[in-house]
Amino acid sequence: MQPVTSSADMYGRIAANPAPAPMSSPNTVKRTRSNPLIDRAFGVLAKFAAIVTLALLIAILGSLTISAWPAISKYGLGFLVRADWDPVQEQFGGLAMIYGTLATSVIALLIAVPVSFGIALFLTELSPAWLKRPLGTAIELLAAIPSIVYGMWGLLVFGPVLATYVQQPLQAALGSIPVLGGLVSGPPVGIGILSAGIILAIMIIPFISAVMRDVFEVTPAMLKESAYGLGSTTWEVVYKVVLPYTKTGVIGGIMLGLGRAIGETMAVTFVIGNFNQLETLSLFQSANSITSALANEFAEAGEGLHQASLMYLGLVLFFITFVILSLSKLLLARLRKAEGAKS
Amino acid sequence: MKISLKYSAFAMAAVTAAGFSATVSAEDITGAGASFPAPIYAKWASEYNKSTGVKVNYQSIGSGGGIKQIDSKTVDFGASDMPQTDEVLRSKGQVQFPTVIGGVVPVLNVKGIEPGQLKLNGQVLGDIFLGKIVKWNDAALKALNPGLALPDAAIAPVRRADGSGTTFIFTNYLSKVNAEWKSKVGEGTAVNWPLGAGGKGNEGVSAFVSRLPNSIGYVEYSYVKQNKMTYAVMENAAGTFVKPDEEAFKAAAAGADWNKSFYQVLTNQPGKGAWPISGATFILMHAKQDKPANAAEVLKFFNWAYTNGSKMAADLDYVPLPASVVGVIQKSWGDIKDTSGKSISYK
Repeated sequence: MQPVTSSADMYGRIAANPAPAPMSSPNTVKRTRSNPLIDRAFGVLAKFAAIVTLALLIAILGSLTISAWPAISKYGLGFLVRADWDPVQEQFGGLAMIYGTLATSVIALLIAVPVSFGIALFLTELSPAWLKRPLGTAIELLAAIPSIVYGMWGLLVFGPVLATYVQQPLQAALGSIPVLGGLVSGPPVGIGILSAGIILAIMIIPFISAVMRDVFEVTPAMLKESAYGLGSTTWEVVYKVVLPYTKTGVIGGIMLGLGRAIGETMAVTFVIGNFNQLETLSLFQSANSITSALANEFAEAGEGLHQASLMYLGLVLFFITFVILSLSKLLLARLRKAEGAKS
Repeated sequence: MKISLKYSAFAMAAVTAAGFSATVSAEDITGAGASFPAPIYAKWASEYNKSTGVKVNYQSIGSGGGIKQIDSKTVDFGASDMPQTDEVLRSKGQVQFPTVIGGVVPVLNVKGIEPGQLKLNGQVLGDIFLGKIVKWNDAALKALNPGLALPDAAIAPVRRADGSGTTFIFTNYLSKVNAEWKSKVGEGTAVNWPLGAGGKGNEGVSAFVSRLPNSIGYVEYSYVKQNKMTYAVMENAAGTFVKPDEEAFKAAAAGADWNKSFYQVLTNQPGKGAWPISGATFILMHAKQDKPANAAEVLKFFNWAYTNGSKMAADLDYVPLPASVVGVIQKSWGDIKDTSGKSISYK
């Protein structure tokens, strides 16, 4: 496996793309002409920017916790496994929203990752040169569409199509099979977990594919050509050379997409149905997500437990994102370790 | 949120301070709250500005936000679709008064049913949203609508996903007329819906209803009128079936005893012509004013609106208050006083 070991040196550079590695001290380079004052001012500014970001993060976490405190002290961690959400009786639990957020994001990733991989692969390895730029720009443009447009489009255009051409045939075909039938039960109206997941997938494809394409492009041509020279097919080159070389970037891109999917609000709220229920886990059934519940209920939530519970939901979202980020770092560390063992 | 509120308070204080030092115009007034009356407040403000030069800034941030802002005195008046009870007002040292009336109307999308053809009553409407009546050809619906061809199709209920004054009026009505609704769901700007797809805002609900076959939802009257939606007629407390229109909303407002209290939810009002799911929208002010000049401007503005703004309100499909109610409101303004205890003059 010559290509993999030789890529180990280059590897750090790629890794620096999604997550900056600690920089080497700038003092080692001797500067003679530039004004040391400007250098120092720049250093202070950069440090200040970093500290402000960190301070903001801590402040947000702190104010979230303080505002959520009434709900935290009343429900504790039980909030995470309670499914009822009743503002009138002041009974709150986050399970339905947490499930909705995770389920829609997983569906979005299941669709978006293979598609984005295909797009990136086509753009870097297969596409004729004249098509590369227009196609790449078109995909990047997708990322610039405001999420409310995706939401309206999902509700008014995509939903009916999904209902007529996907949901109704699926129900007819799978309705009587025990487990699968349960997944497709409910009113086939094009609103619910599945439509939200698909809309999210469309929204995150440009992010994931753009990152994948960029990292695929930095694979040195020499490595690829050597593999081709040894008689590899295109697929073998991608699978055995490009992917191992760029896996950090690829995972970074997927995480970027996942982060966007989890945090997306407006598009989801239009198509998810906003119904706090867990009685059926059908993909066609209306559900709710954390962000959608926050967006819908915050403005009119009374002081007290309702508002505190919404804040608690926000805190939960914060931790979900944090856990996912940690898991991806862990995954990367393990990959790196495995690689180290190999070489 | 806390942070952003504080910041906005800061910003607002800074803006006010700047305004004072630069132009010495104490006349510019600020209000915030309910989104339902925002279009008419904006219209009134722009016309008022033309005729008097006084600027009224209204931020449509939702009733809950309006209540918070007036509590913290960051605005000169708050606005809420949900009236505050007299006890709450007393404890906060605030007063409220209604401005315009609106109605909440059940809308549906069933092939073959024209606007105004379907008859409903509160019991049946509640049972539909409770999931007890699940088919359009249910016996209860058939009994109310003899002669109307009701399809053998599942009802798809649609309701608001966001907290809103519209939902408050709707659920308050259902709680009054459907005992099971009252015990199981109750009333509020957001409730624990037993079923149904949730649309965001009136526009979300009307989009859902026009898109989903065999659906039923509820929206503000102006959405029914502007989108030409299929509405249902409702049986009111007097037992007559009424159509949702300005007259019916006015009849609901006239039936309430405004002299006793402004805490009036205009649902299920007596009166032969009253639309049963009506509601007024309210202004909240502090009874004791630290800034009497601003308070005077607020009262002048609403006094002007009651006198000159009825036509504008009607144009935007709001229902102006009957003259008798306006008289009661003007009398109640005597309770708004400056720090020395003198009533603030709006004349």
